[in-house]
Amino acid sequence: MELFTNQVLAGIATGAIYACMALAVVMIYQAIDHLNFAQGEMAMFSTFISWQLMQWGIPYWGAFVLTLAFSFAAGILIERLLFKPQAKAPILTNVAGFIALYAIINSVAGLIWDFTIKQYPTPFGSSPFLGSQLISTHQAGMIGVTVLLLILLYLFFQFTRIGLSMRAAASVPESARLVGVNTGWMIALGWGMAAAIGSIAGMLIAPVVFLEPNMMGGVLIYGFAAAVLGGLTSPFGAVIGGFLVGIIENLAGTYIPGVGNELKLPIALALIITVLVVKPAGLFGRPIVKRV
Amino acid sequence: MRSKPRTLIAASATAILALAATTGAALAQKKYDTGATDAEIKIGNIMPYSGPASAYGVIGKTEAAYFNKINAEGGINGRKINFVSYDDGYSPPKAVEQARKLVESDEVLLIFNALGTPSNSAIQKYLNAKKVPQLFVATGAAKWNDPKDFPWTMGWQPSYQTEARIYAKFLMKEKPDARIGVLYQNDDFGKDYIKGLKDQLGARASMIIAEESYETSEPTIDNHIVKLKASGADVFLSITTPKFAAQAIKKLAEIEWKPLHIVSNVSTSVGGVIQPAGFENAQGILSANYGKDGADPQWNNDPGMKKFFAFLEKYYPEGNKLDGSVVYGYGAAQTMVKVLEMCGDNLTRENVMKQAASLKDFAPDTLLPGIKINTSATDFAPIEQLQMERFKGEKWDLFGDIISGEASN
Amino acid sequence: MSAVQEVVTEAPAVEAVPKRAMTLGNGTSLAMLLVLILVPLFVKNFIIFQLTMLLIYALAVLALNILTGGSGQFSLGQSAFYAVGAYTSAILMEHADINYALTLPIAGIVCFAFGFLFGQPALRLSGVYLALATFALATAMPQLLKLGVFEKWTGGVQGLVVTKPDAPFGLPMSQDMWLYYFTLAVSVAIYIFSVNLLKSRSGRAFMAIRDNEIAASAMGIDVALYKTLAFGVSAGITGVAGGLGAIAVQFVAPDGYTITLAISLFLGMVVGGVGWLPGSIVGSAFIIFVPNIAEGISKGLSGAVFGVLLFLVIFLVPHGARQIAVVAQQLLGKFKKN
Repeated sequence: MELFTNQVLAGIATGAIYACMALAVVMIYQAIDHLNFAQGEMAMFSTFISWQLMQWGIPYWGAFVLTLAFSFAAGILIERLLFKPQAKAPILTNVAGFIALYAIINSVAGLIWDFTIKQYPTPFGSSPFLGSQLISTHQAGMIGVTVLLLILLYLFFQFTRIGLSMRAAASVPESARLVGVNTGWMIALGWGMAAAIGSIAGMLIAPVVFLEPNMMGGVLIYGFAAAVLGGLTSPFGAVIGGFLVGIIENLAGTYIPGVGNELKLPIALALIITVLVVKPAGLFGRPIVKRV
Repeated sequence: MRSKPRTLIAASATAILALAATTGAALAQKKYDTGATDAEIKIGNIMPYSGPASAYGVIGKTEAAYFNKINAEGGINGRKINFVSYDDGYSPPKAVEQARKLVESDEVLLIFNALGTPSNSAIQKYLNAKKVPQLFVATGAAKWNDPKDFPWTMGWQPSYQTEARIYAKFLMKEKPDARIGVLYQNDDFGKDYIKGLKDQLGARASMIIAEESYETSEPTIDNHIVKLKASGADVFLSITTPKFAAQAIKKLAEIEWKPLHIVSNVSTSVGGVIQPAGFENAQGILSANYGKDGADPQWNNDPGMKKFFAFLEKYYPEGNKLDGSVVYGYGAAQTMVKVLEMCGDNLTRENVMKQAASLKDFAPDTLLPGIKINTSATDFAPIEQLQMERFKGEKWDLFGDIISGEASN
Repeated sequence: MSAVQEVVTEAPAVEAVPKRAMTLGNGTSLAMLLVLILVPLFVKNFIIFQLTMLLIYALAVLALNILTGGSGQFSLGQSAFYAVGAYTSAILMEHADINYALTLPIAGIVCFAFGFLFGQPALRLSGVYLALATFALATAMPQLLKLGVFEKWTGGVQGLVVTKPDAPFGLPMSQDMWLYYFTLAVSVAIYIFSVNLLKSRSGRAFMAIRDNEIAASAMGIDVALYKTLAFGVSAGITGVAGGLGAIAVQFVAPDGYTITLAISLFLGMVVGGVGWLPGSIVGSAFIIFVPNIAEGISKGLSGAVFGVLLFLVIFLVPHGARQIAVVAQQLLGKFKKN
C-alpha cells in the first residue's frame, strides 16, 4: 500500500509538469482549433531568455515578468508574420509550418546557448514539502501556480468579453465577424497568451529537468496527451489530465509485470486512446456534434 | 689512349650512384590510397549535430579545430588535413548515407571517430567490405575490439563493459555485502554496462537487488529514484547520460537518500553535470576516469593540459574547457594525428590500420598520468585502463591504482 | 463556455482533390519513367543508392497520400508501419533465410493486417485526436522494438545487419544498380495499383468519406470498412517500403524508426501536394535532399535553415508540388494554343 501511495504522489509531482504544459496546449487550441507542435520549443526559448537575463544580473522576478512580456509579444509577432499569410492555406500546410518553426527555434537555441545542461533557479526552494520526501516545495509551488493559472484562465474565458470573442473567433469565425469580432487579432492574442503560459510552464519545469534545448521534447508529448485526455476545450480538464497521465504512467511502470517499466509511455498513451474511444471529446470536454 | 682504370672508376662510380639513387628513391617512394595525396589527407567523420544526441556534436567541432591547429603548424609530414564531417542526427539510415557519401563521393582515406553505437553498427559491415578504416569509433560498446571479424574497425575509449567490471571489482572488494540498485538508460550504452557488471559479479550477481531502466524521452527520472530508494539499496549505480545523471544527483539530495553513489564516466563532467546539479549534493560520488578534467586545478600546470588550454584559446575559444566532450575530442584527434605521422609516406589504408594497431605506450596530452594507449594485431582496444575517483569539494580526487579493465578474475 | 455542445460545421480537414487531378497525364508519366530508368546508367553507385532511397520514401509518402489525401484520415504514425515492414524483412532474411524478394509481400501483408487492426479503434477518432493516436503509435514503436522479450529476433537495441542481395542470374550490374531497378519495378507496380485503387469504387468511397463522412454514411457507404481498409492499404504499402529500406540500408535498429521519420513523411506529403500521387516523389526528394542542402549551408544551424526552406516552400506553394504542376499544365495549354 505504501508503494502505491508513493507512486501516486510521485505521479502527481511529475504530473504537475504535464499539467502546466497542457494548459498552454489548451490555450493555443482555444485560439486556433489546432495543436502547435512548436509550443514546447517556444516555451524552452522563453526560459532561456529568462536564464540569460538572470545571467546578466536581473533578479528572478524581474526576469520572470520581462520574459512573460517578451513571450507574449513574440507569440503575436510569430502569428502575424508566419501564420497569418497562410490563413487560407490548407490546415495540413499550417501543421508543416509548426514543424518548421520547431526546427528553427530548436536549432537557434542550440547555437546560442549550446547543448550542455544549465541549472535553473526556483523561487520555491527544493526542500521536502511538509516533510514528505516525495514532493519538494518546488513541486508544490508548481502545482499551486498551475491551479492559479487555471483559475485565471477560467475567469478570463467565462467572464470577459475578450475571452468570449476569442472562443467565437476560433470556432465560428464567420458568425463572429458578423457581430463585430476582429477575428484576426483574436487569433494573434490567443498566440500571445499561449506563448506566455508556455513560458511560465518552461520556467517551472526547468528547475526539475535542467535547462537545455531538448528539454521540452518529451514534455510536449505528455502535454498533448494530458490535454486530449482532459478535453481540449477544457482548461480544467487539461490540468486534471496532466496529473492523471503522471499517475497512470507511474502505476503502469510499477505494477505491470515484465514490460511495464520499458513501456510506460506507450501504455499511458494506449490508455488515453481507450478513453478517447469511449469519450471522444475527452473526460471534461464538451461533446462534439458534427453537422453535415 | 683512354686509361682503363679511369673508365672503370667512372663506370663504377656511376653504377654506385645509380644504385644509391634507386634505393633512395625506393625508400622515399610514396604510396597512396584514395584520399591521400602529396598535399593533403582527407579524413571523414560522422557526428550527431542535430537530434537527440546533439550535445555530442561539440566533439566534432573540437576535432575540426584541432586539425586546424595541426595544419597551421605545418600539417603532418607536410600534408594538410582535410576534415569532412557530416551530421547523421543519430539515425542509422542517415549514417549509412553519410558514410557512403564520404567514401564514394568525397573519397576520404578513412573514417575517424564516428559517434554512436547504432550509427557505427550500421556502417561497420560496409566499411569493412570496402576496406576503409573505421578508426577510433566514439562509443564504448565492446564490439569494436574484434580484429578477426572486423579488421578495419577499432575503438578508442575504454568500453562500457570494461568500466562496469572495474566498479564490480571495487564493490566486491570494498563492500561485499552491498545491495545494489541500478538506474540505466534503456539503450546500447545502458545495456552494455549492465552486462559488464553482471559478467564480473558472476555468481554474486544477486548483489543487484533493483534495476530501473529509463528512456531518453522521459522528461525526468525522479520517480525511478524514488522506487530505487524504496527497494532498500545502499549502493546506487547511475548508468546515465549527463542530463539524467544531474537529475539523479539532485533528486537523491532532495529525498535525502545517501547510498554509495557511483556514476558512469560519461557523466563526470564538472561543468556539464556536477555544477548544475549542485556541488553540495555531489560529495562522495565515485566514478572512474581515463582523462584529465579541465575543471581540476591540479592540472593547471600539467604540460599536457597547458597545451590543451593554449589550443582552446587560440583555435577554439568558444569551446568550454569544463565540458568533458571537448577534452575527449582533443585526445582522440591527437591519437589520429599520431597514427598518421607514423604512416610517413605510406598512406595506404592498409598501412593506416597497421600503424593504428602498433601504438605502444602512447600518451595523448589529456590522458591521466600512467594511462597509455596500446594496440596490437589482436588488441583493438586502445585505452583499457581507468583510475577511480571520488568527488570532494569542487573536483574529483583520484585514488587507488590504475586498474586495467580487461576481463579477469 | 456556456454552450453544452460544440457544433462543428467546418470544412473537411483535407481538401478535396478532383479525381482526374490525382495523377499525371500518360505522356508525362512515361517521360518520368524513362528518366528513372536511364539515369542510373550514368551515375556513381552512391547516387544510385540515394535514388533507391528516393523511391523508397516516395512509396511511403504515396501510402500516406492514399490515407490522408484519399480517405481524409490524418496519420503521424507511418514510421511504425515502416518499422514493422523493415523488421519483418530483416528477420525473415536473417533468421529464416528467406529470399529478399519474397519477404516484401510478406511484409506488406503483415503491415496490412497491422494497419487494418489499428484502423478499428481509430474509427472513433478524427482530426487532432487521430493525430495523437497515430503519434502515440509512432512513439511507442521504437520502445516496442527494444523490448527484451523480442530481443532474440530483433537484436534489441543493437539491431540486425541485413545482407544485400547480388544481381540474379549473374547479370553484370552492381548490387546497388540491381537493387535500384528492383525497387523501381516494385514502385511502378504499386503506383499503378494505387492509381487504379483511387479510380475504382473503393477509391470513390474513400474520397466521399474524406469530403463529408456523415453524408457518405447517409448514402450507404460502409464507412467503417473503407476507413480501416484505407489504413490497411496504406500500412501495407509503407511496410513494403520499409522492407526495401532494410535491404538498401543493410541495417535495422530501433533508432532508425523514430517519430522524426513519421514527421518527415508527413512533410513529404505536404510538400508534394496532399492527395496528388505523383507529388510523392517530389516530397521524397525534399525530405532526402533538403536536409543535406541545409547542412551544407550551415552545420550549426542546419535545423534552422531547413525550417526556413520549409517555410519558403509552404509560403510560395501552399498546395505543394501539385500547384506547380497545375501552373505548368496551364502554361503548356496556352503554349499549345499558340
